[in-house]
Amino acid sequence: MALAKRIIPCLDVDNGRVVKGVKFVDIRDAGNPVEVARRYDAEGADEITFLDITASSDDRETIVHVVEEVANEVFIPLTVGGGIRTLDDVRRMLNAGADKVAINTAAVFNPEFVREASESVGSQCIVVAIDAKKVSAEGETQRWEIFTHGGRKPTGLDAIEWAEKMVDYGAGEILLTSMDRDGTKIGFDLPLTRAISDAVSVPVIASGGVGNLDHLADGVIEGKADAVLAASIFHFAEYTIQEAKQHMADRGIEMRL
Amino acid sequence: MSTTIAVVDYGMGNLRSVSKALEHVAADDQKIIVSSDAAEIANAERVVFPGQGAARDCMKHLKDLQLEDVVLQAAHEKPFLGICMGMQVLMAHSEENQGVSCMNLYAGEVRAFADEKLQSQMQSLKIPHMGWNKVSHKQDHPLWHEIQEDSRFYFVHSYYVDPEDETLVAGTTEYGIEFVSAIARDNVFAAQFHPEKSAQDGLQLLKNFCCWNGQK
Repeated sequence: MALAKRIIPCLDVDNGRVVKGVKFVDIRDAGNPVEVARRYDAEGADEITFLDITASSDDRETIVHVVEEVANEVFIPLTVGGGIRTLDDVRRMLNAGADKVAINTAAVFNPEFVREASESVGSQCIVVAIDAKKVSAEGETQRWEIFTHGGRKPTGLDAIEWAEKMVDYGAGEILLTSMDRDGTKIGFDLPLTRAISDAVSVPVIASGGVGNLDHLADGVIEGKADAVLAASIFHFAEYTIQEAKQHMADRGIEMRL
Repeated sequence: MSTTIAVVDYGMGNLRSVSKALEHVAADDQKIIVSSDAAEIANAERVVFPGQGAARDCMKHLKDLQLEDVVLQAAHEKPFLGICMGMQVLMAHSEENQGVSCMNLYAGEVRAFADEKLQSQMQSLKIPHMGWNKVSHKQDHPLWHEIQEDSRFYFVHSYYVDPEDETLVAGTTEYGIEFVSAIARDNVFAAQFHPEKSAQDGLQLLKNFCCWNGQK
């Protein structure tokens, strides 16, 4: 298979600034998403995802300008997530230069929105972000449910069934985050990743828990993910994207080097 | 002679990336316009015909905006670059949306990967074909200038072109099957991948287009 697996650095953007700290020695302003995106592009990122965590809806316009500026000079696919609730939000992001939008909470509260958006702009632009948490007890068959509000609120929705439903509604890709692993640096929830990847016909991006380069490779080899997303290991310059890609290639994964 | 490059805007997807990427590589005296105006497109020196979405909508918008003739005309007489759906609708017919008649510049069919998936053992084949894949050159063409054999470009699509005339094929890619990822004849070059999203090699291809005289 010649299609390469993808590495997607994710930038959390609050009010137009990258948060969670970025520590590149040669970057003038590490909080500037345009500079950070440019750096990731130069390192060979296959795509870039922006997650807008701006709390106030009044300040949401700032992410539009960020996307515009990045799209003017970075010529790889860009995805924007966070606060996408209406068709108007979707169109505004695409017009600003995003190639895909990630819909998360809005899909849980109104699944029809996913159908409406994919019919309007095409499935290839619609990523459904799924935040899942393990709910089965030790020894039981593993089961995961969808959680909202940063993993605090259970919805009772089975993660695998939900992923299948979202693809049915027109999702062109699934961004799967394990809320159990997010921020832990102990690696992806591989059984979850594999279960979702096996269940759906569209590409799956694994997210949540990456602490080293083997975790990225495991996500593809054992989790069967089509792409891997990570934030902190790249932000803190623990590893460059080039190193990550080389490591994955060394483990036998098809990569764009 | 006008040095305008017209990006045809017929309501099929966001053209900002295409025009920004062209601006990035065009010569100083070349002007990029995004246009749905037939006269503007007819007067341009070169035409880029992009598009994403579904085949039926694509053909419907072209007809509603009365742009089909001017696009075909451009494909007959000036440097012309089709991208993604803008490549597919150059064929005679697409399997998408229960069958759609297309522009019929070239004989051939646009086929679904899903059928290949059913017919092959490639049960794990994800659709859309999304991501960076290798393109093997099948013609020595000016648009491949300074682009190495098997360079990777960014794809996102569920259908692929299957031209009747094999001499049209300018590039192929493997995804379960070997499919046609670029075609070229005379003043026309068309690609299934997105050069505007394919980093350096994509920009190089667009740069090659900007200075191409429309001949091999």
